[in-house]
Amino acid sequence: MSARDPVSGADPALRRSLVTPEGVDLNLRIADVGQRIGAFAIDVIIQNVILTLFVIACGLVIAALKFKNVDHVAVIMFLGAFLLRNAWFIGFELSPRGATPGKRILGLRVASRDGGRLTAEAVITRNALREVEFFLPISFIFAAGGAKGFESGLYLMLVLWTGIFLLFPLFNRDRLRAGDLMAGTWVVQAPRRRLLPDLSDADARSGFAFTDAHLDAYGVKELHVLEQVLRNGDRKTLAAVADRIRRKIGWTGDAYERDDNFLAAYYAALRSRLEQRMLLGHRRKDKFDRA
Amino acid sequence: MAQPQLKSHQFRTEREWDWRRLEALLGRVESRGPKALSDDELLEAPVLYRAALSSLSVARATSLDQGLIDYLEGLCARGYFLIYGARPRIAERFVSFFAKTWPRAVLGLWKETLVSAAILALGILVGFLLVRGNPEWFYAIVGGDMSGGRDPTASAQALRQTLYDKGEGNGLSVFAAFLFTNNAQVSLFAFALGFAFGIPTAMLIAMNGASLGAMMAVFAAKGLAFEFTGWLAIHGVTELFAIVLAGAAGFKIGLAVAFPGEKGRLDAAAEAGRLAGAVMAGVVLMLMFAGLLEGFGRQLITSDVTRYSIALATGIIWLCYFYLPRKEGGLHVRS
Repeated sequence: MSARDPVSGADPALRRSLVTPEGVDLNLRIADVGQRIGAFAIDVIIQNVILTLFVIACGLVIAALKFKNVDHVAVIMFLGAFLLRNAWFIGFELSPRGATPGKRILGLRVASRDGGRLTAEAVITRNALREVEFFLPISFIFAAGGAKGFESGLYLMLVLWTGIFLLFPLFNRDRLRAGDLMAGTWVVQAPRRRLLPDLSDADARSGFAFTDAHLDAYGVKELHVLEQVLRNGDRKTLAAVADRIRRKIGWTGDAYERDDNFLAAYYAALRSRLEQRMLLGHRRKDKFDRA
Repeated sequence: MAQPQLKSHQFRTEREWDWRRLEALLGRVESRGPKALSDDELLEAPVLYRAALSSLSVARATSLDQGLIDYLEGLCARGYFLIYGARPRIAERFVSFFAKTWPRAVLGLWKETLVSAAILALGILVGFLLVRGNPEWFYAIVGGDMSGGRDPTASAQALRQTLYDKGEGNGLSVFAAFLFTNNAQVSLFAFALGFAFGIPTAMLIAMNGASLGAMMAVFAAKGLAFEFTGWLAIHGVTELFAIVLAGAAGFKIGLAVAFPGEKGRLDAAAEAGRLAGAVMAGVVLMLMFAGLLEGFGRQLITSDVTRYSIALATGIIWLCYFYLPRKEGGLHVRS
């Protein structure tokens, strides 16, 4: 298995390079299959809840009118259901967020694969194909469940055939579904991240005098793991990590020093050392990287 | 012993305000659209975005604060989508869709459109000939319960009545809305089926044609062919044209997947998909128009001559709109 990014937990296999016209790589991550399914499930649930409430409301209005002159209510019902089914995805994906509510909740958005703008044509195509990719296989699966004899064999073939469309995203690297393929789009992660506090506060280091030898034990990779440990703040992990580091660098400090204080100080000192060396042109990848 | 702050820490402290400012602007645009920003803020956003990009480059080179780099990557990506994903206003998009995008896309699919129309015509012919040869075929093709009494056993009198019945005058809007949503859903489906190399699309169109042909044979057998065609054509010209275009869009994507040609498969698919998407947006609009004609026009207009005139007029208008050569307006150069 590929190594996980220590901080974001993202699989490097999901990383895609998108270089902006200014020449900076945004290092996008594509959404994984679980997120895609989750987002779609959320959307379908919301849609169905709205549809149910809408139909009930229309029914109440019709009843209140005592079934006379209810034409316009019926028209609104037909058009409303049609719009809810078709315009939900298209409308939301054309908004500035480029995402349906389900995708927003999971921090995803639709983007054009060529880095250009997302056009209405592309969004229409990617959503029209959902009919064949999802609703068709699902309806065949239900039909196969109810069929007997020769018919069930026929439906089984249809399920297998259309199942290819349903499982399409599993068979390609970019997790494209058929609609994405045809529309030239993909779904990327674009979560709203908060700016986390800087852990390298100078005060943390006071009281701890690490020598260069102490700080040469680790590289950038270990620093990032330590950052993650500090941000999570889990007491058991802190204790275990502090213990490992003390043994590795042969630290014999105050017997009563707290693990989190020790780690915060070591983090700040290590980062300072590694950043200084980085400015001089050497980025020490990990603890095995000896220059 | 007081320690100096890290350079990367100072760097962050100095620029943090700008990042937060960009984050606030992005948050407002994302939730309320570009209108949420004042003119000054609209000018400020790209500047802040470029500053954030430059911060990201510097941070990658000098800072080992992974939390900071993650934050800046996310912020820059959001900024990128705002700046380079900007679209013209909705009104301009509407105008350019009707003036350029849609007719060009339809014109671009002319070969597929001819094939699709041929399949529909073939379906009609086969349906017609089968039912004329043996009326029993009608029940296999159309299905007894779908025809609403318009089957081979109906009398000429009853059939004539279905063509000129004015109804009660109400319920027409419901009928129109139902027809539109149903037809639009079916045509979107026909389009999407194109992904399976176009074969199911062809079958769906041929089936539609066959049931139409079968119906025609029933009326023709009672000497009502002329009247039936008028009844059908008033909206049918638009509706069948839309269905033919939906089929053409389906064939386009099916062909692009099967035979990508000189381009890479992904590029060929994306190009075909976008062209087809533009056609489909128009198809839905055509079906809405056809639904109105069918729901209102057909029931309210019972003169054969008027029905034929409207059918002819709509046909000519669509053909001219899509296929007449037009000035390019100097904006785009044909290659």
